[in-house]
Amino acid sequence: MQRRLRRIRSAEDAKRMRTLVTPEGAALSLKIGTFAERAGAFVIDFVIQWSVVLIVVFTIAYTVDQMGFEAESLGYGFIAVFVFLLRNFYFVFFEIGRRAATPGKRLVGLRVASRDGGQLRADAVMARNFSREIEIGLPVSFLFMGGDEVSAWIGIFGLVWAGVFMFFPLFNKDRLRVGDLIAGTWVLHAPKVKLAGDISQSSTRSGQRERFAFTPQQADAYGIHELQVLEGVLRRADGKTRAEVAERIRNKIGWQATPGERDGDFLEAYYAALRQRLEQRMLFGERKEDKFDVR
Amino acid sequence: MSDVLKSYRFREEREAGWQALEAILKRAESRGVRALSDEDMMALPGLYRQAVSSLSVARTISLDRNLTDYLESLCTRAYFFVYGTRMTLSQRLKQFFAVDWPAAVSAAWGATLLASVCFFGVGFLAFLLCLSDMEWFWSFHAPILGERTPNASTEYLRSTLYTDGYASEDLMAGFAGKLFSNNSQVALYAFALGFAFGVPTALILAYNGAIIGAFCALFFDRGLGYEVMGWLLIHGVTELFAIALAGAAGFVIGGAVAFPGRLSRLQSAKRAGNQAALIAVGCMVMLFAAALLEGFGRQMINVDEIRYAIAALSLVAWLGYFYLPRRGVGRGLG
Repeated sequence: MQRRLRRIRSAEDAKRMRTLVTPEGAALSLKIGTFAERAGAFVIDFVIQWSVVLIVVFTIAYTVDQMGFEAESLGYGFIAVFVFLLRNFYFVFFEIGRRAATPGKRLVGLRVASRDGGQLRADAVMARNFSREIEIGLPVSFLFMGGDEVSAWIGIFGLVWAGVFMFFPLFNKDRLRVGDLIAGTWVLHAPKVKLAGDISQSSTRSGQRERFAFTPQQADAYGIHELQVLEGVLRRADGKTRAEVAERIRNKIGWQATPGERDGDFLEAYYAALRQRLEQRMLFGERKEDKFDVR
Repeated sequence: MSDVLKSYRFREEREAGWQALEAILKRAESRGVRALSDEDMMALPGLYRQAVSSLSVARTISLDRNLTDYLESLCTRAYFFVYGTRMTLSQRLKQFFAVDWPAAVSAAWGATLLASVCFFGVGFLAFLLCLSDMEWFWSFHAPILGERTPNASTEYLRSTLYTDGYASEDLMAGFAGKLFSNNSQVALYAFALGFAFGVPTALILAYNGAIIGAFCALFFDRGLGYEVMGWLLIHGVTELFAIALAGAAGFVIGGAVAFPGRLSRLQSAKRAGNQAALIAVGCMVMLFAAALLEGFGRQMINVDEIRYAIAALSLVAWLGYFYLPRRGVGRGLG
């Protein structure tokens, strides 16, 4: 049951993966950003945009107030021009930049890339962002279309029609917006990963390695999936989870805890032994995917 | 069992190179390519290739998830940097005005013609209809025309064409208002809606053309034809040209989606989209110029002949800029 669930989940993950073969012949795997990630990034950008607008409007209003009424229409003019530029060029400005991502996208870990793997051209960035107008602007303007009954109905139909554009990314496997479609771009989930220490070495370094001598049978009890879950536990989890995990592993492999043995040390040592065993087998062409994989 | 894993020894040997690459990328991403020294530039390709090969080795020998994830993300970042665009913004702007924009516009001459027919053709029809019977005006009436309806007096209509006395801050407000008024919005919609096979684009063009046609007919009817054309064309040459081009951008996309030819529909849409985006950005530049002419020029110049002269001059300038053959073109949109 658990295994099938995991299969389904990894199949869903695999659906997001795309392989890009670099000119050097190496395959990079790219991950398509999900609709939720993109919507989140958009909301962040939206909030940033309008906070900037509010700040500028208040600053100008204050200045105008100080200068007297003659400056009123001048201030209004500046605000209108500013809003126009911000609305149309905020996304373009950041996506043309070196990181190919707006602040919102960077926070979520997204970046824009060209679908053919080539360079992201400025024209493509502009094409994908100018069509935002029909994806966001149009539904919103239909939403606020009130008045008599007839125009309310037109508004509702318009909203449904425009909603097709808004939710377009949900209907194709690459999660493309209409803008992505005509620009030849897509949005990738490519967060920065920090290189952490190698856990297999920590038990050697702390001199604990000799205390734990696992037999080959014990080191064969789990597979790659469990190894990587264990890695996650060791890198992130708290003492309580560690204690539970250590308990389960001890039961499974029949390990008798020696007096004064700490859970962390045991887990690190077992991680090292398991990884050594699995990597050795991998060199001989046997990938033991998980504990059910008995060969 | 030996104490050191093979995958760890592999990591130990290569780690310095990865970290050097990461440091270079970090500098380049935050402060630009210019922040890189000559040594960095020399080292970059080698470090990049080393990281990529490390990744493929790591995939086959290491089960350290963090390590493979790290290399994956490092290589992706390096790939986008190494094969990314190198153009600075000023180079890009120069390229846009000198080559890309006119090339994109002149390549789309067919679509421009079609958009012009939709806009001016319908406008002319509306004009004729209204001249024959002013009742038609009400079919094309739009809020933007305000008080300028058949009910207004000729004197009032004449007064809307000229400005006597103005204040400089009013000019700024006028400029912003014109820029912000429906022109840019119409242009952007005409571009963005082209995706639906160009049908909404044609409708938007025809609707706005009809409004202008009816508007002109009203003034012609009162014997103000010569005056109103001067009032309209001083900025209208630029503005209406821009709207026609925005429509053309929409048609380029719509045509590419409807008739992809030998390409796949997606490829065809992409190619057309990039060309159309250039045209659309150009439209914004033109609308900006039109807003300047309308907000400042028209308020300050109240002589019909000068208005006509400016209109003619701008027409010649735009046509020459877009369609005169120039050296080095033929490389197309590349």
